[in-house]
Parts: sequence; C-alpha cells; structure tokens
Amino acid sequence: MKVGLFVPCYVDMFHPETGIATLELLERFGLSVEYPVDQTCCGQPMTNTGCEREAAKTEELFVRNFEKYDYVVTPSGSCTNQVRNNMTAIEQSDAVKHVRSRTYELVEFLHDVLKVDAFPWAEFPHRVALHNNCNTLRNLRIASMSERREEPFSKPKALLKMVRGIEFADLTRPDECCGFGGTFSVFEEGVSAKMGQDKVTDQLKSGAEYVTSSDSSCMMHQEGCARRMGANLKYIHIAQILNGARA
Amino acid sequence: MTAELHEELTDPHADQLDHGAASSRPLKSRISEPQPRGAKIRGNRPVDQSEAANRFMAATEHEAMHDARLWDLRQKRDKEMHGIEEWEELRDLASGIKEHTLSKLDYYLELFEKNATANGIKVHWAKDGAEHNAIVLDILRSRGVELLIKSKSMLTEECGFREFMAKNNVEVIETDLGERIQQLDDEAPSHVVVPAVHKLRTDVASVFAKTIGSDPDNADAHYLTECQREATRPLILSAQAGMTGGNFVVAETGTFVVCTNEGNADLSANTPPLHIASIGIEKLIPGLDDLAVFIRLLSRSALGSPITQYTSHFRGPREGSEMHVVLVDNGRSERLGMEKFWPGLKCIRCGACMNTCPVFRRSGGLSYGATYAGPIGLIIDPTFNVHKYRNLPYSSTMNGSCTNVCPVKINIHEQIADWRRTLAGDGEISPVKKVMMKAAGEVLASPVVYRASLPLGRSALRHLPHFMLYNKLNTWGRKRDIPETPKQTFNEWYRKNRKQPGEGEKS
Repeated sequence: MKVGLFVPCYVDMFHPETGIATLELLERFGLSVEYPVDQTCCGQPMTNTGCEREAAKTEELFVRNFEKYDYVVTPSGSCTNQVRNNMTAIEQSDAVKHVRSRTYELVEFLHDVLKVDAFPWAEFPHRVALHNNCNTLRNLRIASMSERREEPFSKPKALLKMVRGIEFADLTRPDECCGFGGTFSVFEEGVSAKMGQDKVTDQLKSGAEYVTSSDSSCMMHQEGCARRMGANLKYIHIAQILNGARA
Repeated sequence: MTAELHEELTDPHADQLDHGAASSRPLKSRISEPQPRGAKIRGNRPVDQSEAANRFMAATEHEAMHDARLWDLRQKRDKEMHGIEEWEELRDLASGIKEHTLSKLDYYLELFEKNATANGIKVHWAKDGAEHNAIVLDILRSRGVELLIKSKSMLTEECGFREFMAKNNVEVIETDLGERIQQLDDEAPSHVVVPAVHKLRTDVASVFAKTIGSDPDNADAHYLTECQREATRPLILSAQAGMTGGNFVVAETGTFVVCTNEGNADLSANTPPLHIASIGIEKLIPGLDDLAVFIRLLSRSALGSPITQYTSHFRGPREGSEMHVVLVDNGRSERLGMEKFWPGLKCIRCGACMNTCPVFRRSGGLSYGATYAGPIGLIIDPTFNVHKYRNLPYSSTMNGSCTNVCPVKINIHEQIADWRRTLAGDGEISPVKKVMMKAAGEVLASPVVYRASLPLGRSALRHLPHFMLYNKLNTWGRKRDIPETPKQTFNEWYRKNRKQPGEGEKS
C-alpha cells in the first residue's frame, strides 16, 4: 500500500509537528509513506468563496502530486471534504476520480481502512475535550451528530479510547461550530471571533486541560481566541496524541 | 394602563409558563440595554449583514438572551425528535411529498381550485406582491372594510402588505403577539416563528409604554401580554375582515390548514364575516394523509412541542360570511425552474434552521436585512434580488447543522455553496474577495511561488503569509492571537529528515 501524505498549507506553515506526527504514526503501521514536496493546497479557500475558476490550477497541481498513490492521507477533515466532495473545478478524468475517491482524513483512514485496534505506544494522562470539525462531522460522518436521530458513534473517540490514561471532558454544545469556517474567519471576523470565544468558554467550563481535534484549522482559531482571552487551555492535534505525545 | 391580571398570574411564586411548550427556562436580563436595530438598508446596495451583526453582538445582553433562547428551542426540538422512532423516515417522507407536489404543481393547484370552489371558497391568483395587494384591497374596498385583523404571514411581509394598506387607509392589526410587538415598533419580524425573539422584555415594555400606554417600568411578560390583550381585543371584535396565511393547502379536499399557538388566526378568521387567506403556491400538498406527516414534524422542529396549540382546518365560509384564498406566486415559479435552488420551495417555515444556526443566534434576524433571515434566507433572498442580497450566502460557516435539522431535508448548506459559485460566476462578488481569491489561486497553483510567499521562521514578519494578507481586512488579529511561526515548515523538516520521492526509485 503506497500512501501519499498531504500536509495542508496551514499545517505546513504553523503546525509542522502535526505533519510529523501524522507521518510517524503512519510509518509505525509499516506503510510506505511519501510526501510529494511540490504540494501546496487543496483549493478550499477559493472553492469556499465561490471562486471555482481560481481553484482550478491548484486542483490540477494536487492531482498531479497524488495520482500515483493508492491512498492519500491528510490530518484535516475539511481538506478531505474539499477533495472528495468539492474538487469539481477541473475535468473529471480517471486520475482526478482516483485521487478524489482515495483521499482520507487521518482518523477515518486509521479507523476504516487500517482498522487499528491498539496504540501500544500512546499514553496521555490528561483531561481532554474533543472537537469535531463540522466537515468531518456532517460531511465525512466520522461521528454521529446531535441534529439526527441516529445511533451514537465517534471514530475519533473510539481511537482515543485506546490511549492509556486519557480522560474525556464533556462540552455542553459538543457539535456547535467554532466559527472558523475558512475564509469566514477573515471576511466575517466579528461573528467568527464570538463563536470562537463561546467555544473556548464551553471548553473551559468542561474542566478540560487539553483540546484535541483531527483539524488544525479549527484549533488554530480556537487557540487564537483562547490566548487572547487568557484561557488556560492547550491545543494538540489527535495525530500527536495517537503517535505517543505525553503532553 | 393597569391590566387586570388573572389571579394565578399575580402570584409571584406561581410556576410561570414561558410559552406554548411550557418548559422553557424563563430568561431575565439583568440590565436594561437599548435594542440594536437591524441592517442598514440603502436602496439596492448590497446589505452588509456583518456590520449589523457586530452591532447586535455589541449589545451583549441581547446577544446572550437571543442565543440562549434559540438554543433552548433547538434542544427541545432534539428531545422531541428522540421521542419519535421514525423521525428520519418522516423527514424522508416529508421531503418526498414536497418534491412530488412541486413536480406536479400545476395539477395540484388546479385540483385545489376546483375543490375549494366547490366548498364555497373564492380562489384568486396573484403573480406577484403588487397583484396580491391589489386583489386584497379590491375585496376590502368593495365591502367597505376599514379595519382588518390578521395573523402572522411571511408572505404578506414579502408583499409589503402593511405599508400598502396604510397608504390606502386600511388599518391593519396584527394579532400574533410577537408580530404585534414588531408592528408597534415599526420593525419587520426577525424570525419566521418567533418574530420578536431579538427583543428583551424591557424592549417590549418600552414599545408598549409608547404605543398602548403600559407602565414603562413593568417588564413582566404576563403584565405586558395582558395589556396587549386588553388593547387589541376590542379591535378584533370590531374588525370587518380577517386575514390569515396558510401552512398547508390540501388539494384533494380543497381546504387549508393554519397552525398557531395563540389561537389568533382563529380569531382573525372567525370573528369578522370576511376571511381572506394569502398563501404561497408552494404550500400545496396532495391529501390529508400527507398532512399528517407535516403536522408531526412542524411544531417539533419549530418549538420542540409535539403540536401547535391550534391546528385549524378551513373548509369553507360559515353561513352568512365569505372566504377567499389568494394564491401567490411572487417569484416561486421562477425559483422552481432553478436547477440548484428549487428545493428551497420545500420549506415549511418552521425556523429550525435559524434556531440551530450559530451565526443567526449571534447576529439577530434583522441583521440580514431581508424578509427571510438565517440559513433559509441565505438561499431564498438572492432569488428575489441577487445584487442586494449577494453578501448573505457568505454569512455562514457552512457547518451543515441547518441541513440536518430541516424537517423537509433541504440541502441548505450545499445551496449556500452553490450560491457562492453562482454569485462569483455572475460577477456578484465583492471586489475584495475576488482580488484575494485570484491572488491565492495563482500563488497556490505554483509550488515555487507558494514557498517564496511563506514567512521565514526568523524573519521580522512572523505573520500570516502575504497572500492571506493581500486585503485591507487583515482582521484575524483583532480578537484572536496570530499563531506563531515555527522555526521550520513541515516541508523543510521533511527535506532534511526523509528521503524524497523519486530518490528511492533512482537507487
């Protein structure tokens, strides 16, 4: 199984440790993982703003970088959603279809494809609040949502439960959007920041020491709000916890 | 004005019921804060929703109460949903019935007209708001009506009905309490089900003090309601005509159904000798079996109550009275022909998407500056005026909660994305967004340019990369800390620590 690693632009720039943890974690399972160094972005900022034409060249580059892999794995649900469900600015060639159907968010790849049943190296003796990015929740369906009448399930929680010492903190509005929303965070800054502050307040009330998520983008926004608010909370990507980070 | 309160309402320790569903937490504000007003409307210029939202949030008491009240409705909706095992199946059914009816709308409309006419109802057809208003005015004038009572109707809001009637010297009295508050305050409804939900009790006290002479310092909900009741009842009893909307129009029986919690639609319809119902053509459903599906979903989705207090079937005029139905198009036929946006016509106006929307709860419905606010508004309003409402589809994080609470399964968040594509394609996008995305698209299409645009770890510009700052907004840091740039990017780390693709093949 040949795996291509996609490290989203904001992870590359601001959270290289998340990319490193993802790579090391996949390597622990004996996979041959490559990171094509000419990668940039999945095209999401342009697509989400409606500027499909402007996204086309970026999408083409993405496909060129990843068409030779059996799977593309990325530590981001919103980028996965972009590739799988919204990469429509370019002609849907076989290569494009292959890449789109083979791109997985890290948690669903571990849970559904590798069917991992243990992380013997992982121990995280902390109280942790889990944040599900809205794209992973309602588009990729990595967890049940409170809006629907369905059997409760959570792939990220199922994985985290295999980590020794971890304790979960419950939020009062677990699947309320945190207000990041990609370009929304810049264009609609006021509402975005207010939603982020409310999310941080909920996390604080839960008694969490750490917040984890399979998306760095939401956490980048939440962490920015938390720091400005002087909130004593730490943010860590789920890849780091599963890869054995202790703090 | 002193209101005669019912005995149990004067008892301060009585278990006060907050609204129809009787289980809401009473919310009391601590301070009196002036009510923020809605979006500034400047002719046909694009509405700036975020400007109005920022003013709403600056009124912290209002924002907190609004968010808490609507989230409470959402939670009660969830509770009701869990009580119905076949909930998701009901949503499928409701969506299917609406799709079927919309696909044969001409047939069902004519069937309704035939059956309603046989029941003694006079059916009128209006192609737009102006025609609707003219038809109603004609009916009223020919019968010498000067005072009209009406229940809440979003359609009449679409038609600018009250303003039109005021110009033509017909006094209109809203009988829904929330809508009456909004009428007295000369404000549009901010929500399709709870029109004054953006107001605090103190706001209502000040509106009533100015308009009906209540005590400005008494903001007790029961006192205020009682005052309004006393002021409005005489008008209801002396009105010469009553007007309602219609939640569902049943083709096979030629009847229509109105759902309310206050019984005000029944008063409006049954007190005067003339009843006019204004109804959008998308409200058609084939038969009474279909109605049952919607009745089970409507109030559960809207307020989290099993059913509205009143579900009234109107089958024809009482002896000695008249009943008219005005079927209104007002852009609906055109919307039905829009490949991406026709499913918005399935909407039953329950407001569940508004209650769940995190942007709506923090912005207030009047910030949208349009008849329909919140998620459903984002996808319907541009069909009325694409230029004026071109910013609205951006007032969303596209989190998808709306789509999943919708009882008729409208793909709201997907349509929001489709609207953005449509607007950008038609040049109806703000220049700032366009310039920024064009720049981003070029930078991200080239690995070399992209790498060159990134801030270096030790450079003075420990900031977002240039292409993200290529705008005057640079708003990230206003209320959020900017993330620190690490010493090296992942790309740099990988080049140093791992064999690069291609190298392995060579060896």
